[in-house]
Amino acid sequence: MAETPFIIQEHQFQRIKNILARLCVECAARVVFLVDRDGQPIAFHGDIGDMDTTSFSSLAAGNVAATSSMAKLIGEDAFPGVVHEGERESIYISVIGRSLLVIVFDERSTVGLVKIRAKRTSFEIAALLDEATHDSDQYRINKNTFFSEITDEDIDSLFS
Amino acid sequence: MTFINYASREINCKIVYYGPGLCGKTTNLQYIYDSTAPQAKGKLISLATETDRTLFFDFMPLELGTVRGFKTRFHLYTVPGQVYYDASRKLILKGVDGVVFVADSQDERMDANIESLYNLEENLSSQGYDLKQLPYVLQLNKRDLPNVTPLEELTEELGRKGEPIFEAVATNGTGVFDTLKAVAKQVLTELRKG
Ligand SMILES: Nc1nc2c(ncn2[C@@H]2O[C@H](COP(=O)(O)OP(=O)(O)OP(=O)(O)O)[C@@H](O)[C@H]2O)c(=O)[nH]1
Ligand SMILES: [Mg+2]
Repeated sequence: MAETPFIIQEHQFQRIKNILARLCVECAARVVFLVDRDGQPIAFHGDIGDMDTTSFSSLAAGNVAATSSMAKLIGEDAFPGVVHEGERESIYISVIGRSLLVIVFDERSTVGLVKIRAKRTSFEIAALLDEATHDSDQYRINKNTFFSEITDEDIDSLFS
Repeated sequence: MTFINYASREINCKIVYYGPGLCGKTTNLQYIYDSTAPQAKGKLISLATETDRTLFFDFMPLELGTVRGFKTRFHLYTVPGQVYYDASRKLILKGVDGVVFVADSQDERMDANIESLYNLEENLSSQGYDLKQLPYVLQLNKRDLPNVTPLEELTEELGRKGEPIFEAVATNGTGVFDTLKAVAKQVLTELRKG
């Protein structure tokens, strides 16, 4: 059995967007992403240019998955934060429960600043995601949902 | 794990192609990529060795269309088939919604198929999944080669639960989309069941 779906409602999505927007300003970042640990993009704010955000999200998740496993091999529980520093652009990834907060920044900011601001925001995001998780479960229990109304024809029409 | 966003009206699902080294997992994705309209797909990301063996994963997002106003997007992943990349395979199975097992039909790869399928069942159960409960399709690939094991024998040896089985030649696309459709359909049907 696959896990229960994770559902984000509109109002939660809006709140996430607001949090990311504020964080982006606070740490003078280029762009801030929230990504599911499995690699699904949840939301972002900032200047993405022509960046492929879907690929970026899946690679961020792969990156954290690999470093977390490395942590276990050396007796650490996890690396809660991962930094990649480049010549101009850098990336900070912070693990927040089931999600990853990914901050892309350049020389206008510093790792120190980004870490502090990310940490403060992470509590807010964790609470919001907990709420969404709880709602997702409720949503499934209340059987009369949108999904139970999907018909065979709906599914077949995707493949015609 | 299926991810549903009501704000952007999207359903995102994760499908993983599993199987022994060189069975044709990456070739499946490559074919899907090459024959899909640009607006329906994202980039094909391949984390591969110098010799084009998958090192960590291949990844490609694919949009199939809308169901009741929701865009359905499938995130397709392949695992590295080589035995010693087991740690990576485990990671990629996290959050999986559906699995395609690509078997290499050549006689001399029978043992590798059996071993890889066993490895899949183990890695799934170590994460709390059960192959029997998961959307699942078996693809018998490389049917164009002369030294292939007969269909019945492969089915007998590799079949697990009356799953859909497709013969394929991934290099020319035979059976590739039938396989994908069959697993995608099961994933969406699972979603409906709730
Ligand atoms: N004849 C034939 N060759 C195939 C077929 N499918 C794949 N191949 C070839 O088999 C080789 C390996 O294919 P890949 O798709 O890279 O195999 P893989 O399963 O991704 O291998 P790993 O990444 O090591 O796990 C390539 O040379 C393919 O061209 C097929 O149906 N018939
Ligand atoms: Mg490969």
